Amino acid sequence: MRTPAFILILTAVAAALYFAFNLVGNDYLFFAGYTVLQYIVLATAWNILGGYCGYVNFGSAGFFAIGVYTTVFLYAIGQSIEEIFPEFLVAPMQAIFPLPVPVLIVIAGAVAGFIGLGMGYLTLRLRGVFFAIATLAFTVVLETFIVNWSFVGGSRGAYIIVPNEVPMFGHLIQFLFALMLILVIVALTTARLIERSKLGVGFATIRDDELAAEASGVPTLRLKLVATVVSGALMGMAGAPFPYYIGYVEPGSAFNLSYAVNSIAMPMIGGTTSWVGPLVGALLLGTLQQVATVTISSAVNLLIVGLLLIFFVIIAPRGIVGLIQDSWRGRSKS
Amino acid sequence: MEFDLLINAIIAGLMLGGFYAAVTAGISISFGMLDIVNIAHPGFIILGSYIAYIVNAHFGVDPIVIAIVALPAFYALGSLIYQVYYQSFEKHGQDSLRGLAFFFGLLFVTEVSLNLIFGVDYRSVDVPYIGGSVSIGAMEFPVRMLVPCLVSLVMFGGLILFMSRTFIGRAVMAVSQDPPALQLMAVDPIRIKRIAFSISIATASMAGAFLIIIQPVIPSAGREYIGRVFAICVLGGLGSLPGTLIAALMIGVIESITSTFYGPSWSPAVSFGLLLLTLAVRPSGLFGR
Repeated sequence: MRTPAFILILTAVAAALYFAFNLVGNDYLFFAGYTVLQYIVLATAWNILGGYCGYVNFGSAGFFAIGVYTTVFLYAIGQSIEEIFPEFLVAPMQAIFPLPVPVLIVIAGAVAGFIGLGMGYLTLRLRGVFFAIATLAFTVVLETFIVNWSFVGGSRGAYIIVPNEVPMFGHLIQFLFALMLILVIVALTTARLIERSKLGVGFATIRDDELAAEASGVPTLRLKLVATVVSGALMGMAGAPFPYYIGYVEPGSAFNLSYAVNSIAMPMIGGTTSWVGPLVGALLLGTLQQVATVTISSAVNLLIVGLLLIFFVIIAPRGIVGLIQDSWRGRSKS
Repeated sequence: MEFDLLINAIIAGLMLGGFYAAVTAGISISFGMLDIVNIAHPGFIILGSYIAYIVNAHFGVDPIVIAIVALPAFYALGSLIYQVYYQSFEKHGQDSLRGLAFFFGLLFVTEVSLNLIFGVDYRSVDVPYIGGSVSIGAMEFPVRMLVPCLVSLVMFGGLILFMSRTFIGRAVMAVSQDPPALQLMAVDPIRIKRIAFSISIATASMAGAFLIIIQPVIPSAGREYIGRVFAICVLGGLGSLPGTLIAALMIGVIESITSTFYGPSWSPAVSFGLLLLTLAVRPSGLFGR
């Protein structure tokens, strides 16, 4: 299938989903759906570096939070234009701020990608294990900075005053849901494009045997940097609308460990070798968690995610997609 | 006055560093010598803290005594985990990605389970010496810090002696360098690795008891130690126990000075910043081979 056709199909599915949700007309459905979609973007983004290159990123929550706090930062600037800018700039700035959410998403993506580049440059020359540990450390450093940075609320957190209605979309959550759908399309298309390009082949050589790849002239460092930037940027983009979704942001919620765990568990459970895996994993786990949060408790649902992650890593290393492929292959042989 | 503050900050840092040495000892063995990236280690430390808490709350026994009694249980847990790890990952060659995800899952499950059982309240132990302090001149030694530090140093010294003097200890050092050569000496490398990994988990029992003496514990407390222990381990040089000890003392002192002069909310960033710096500048650490 060619990429334009792929995008077309995704768009059709997304539009169908949006109108179906609208028909049901229950706001909760949009809230729950937003979370699941957000996880699809995070899982797909993680998989670009983790699944294709084999470099484990424990810092998904950090990149997500970069997106969240880019929004908070720009919102805070919009709130205090008179104090920050010289007089002649006040009027034009007031015209620009508050920035529309799609613009925030793009800026957040750029910031997260840039930070990903810096961190990747520092740590990607080392063995994969060191990179994994460094991403853990990176999240904590970032959280410490945010906690101590009072302009974006510090440890107290920050309130975002959100508009109740958005023209053309009705309720704000419907608008955010639609935005997330677009992000999902962007993420899945990017992942699929990478997979089928020369870039994806390069990533696979890194995953399978980095030393051999290096010896054969694959520019491994440059490829890994590309993967880190793309993956980080997508995670940042997923985080940007979050303050509008939740209305109140504090470091504990933006840096929540469940983002890191989920964005690893979902691709691992779905399957890491293609874009389908994270999608399947995120849909399954995301929906399961929404149901479990409502019916049991949020602590239990995290326990389920952890146990599923361990179970799949041990029993089904290639995830659900791998299991299905195996059963197909088995059937065609017999 | 400023000078007194500095001296006390350094002393507090050294005692903190002694405690960090115990926390890092396990990682130094599993990650440094066996190449098993056990990021779940801090989770087991918190488990040790909670075991000390339960027994102490019911019978009033000293946490350190409890930890020593619990050593065999932790050793067995370590054997079990290594067996699973070996069968599912190590045997099939290098798949560090899945191994990492496995330990990450273990860490997460430990934390969430403790959360479900005990809730998110801070838990602490009741020991007579917790409030006291010894002072020499202007120098203050809170006993709450001093006891864990001293016991930790004894344990660490024991580990260093064990690794350098006994047959099994030397075999552990050898298995990190050349497993096939060990096989030629009629030693089973898997058995040696299992023993070493079990020892590394057993140290978590002690470290857990120290932790809950020093400060109240919540299930998520383990997370802030992940970066710290790896920072110490990498800074000291992989596989070098003396290096780990020196790095632990260094990080303890730097963190203590930072929190005295710039406020405690900055101290977590210190070790992580140092870790990033070490990884970028000298990944083999101070005493690495």
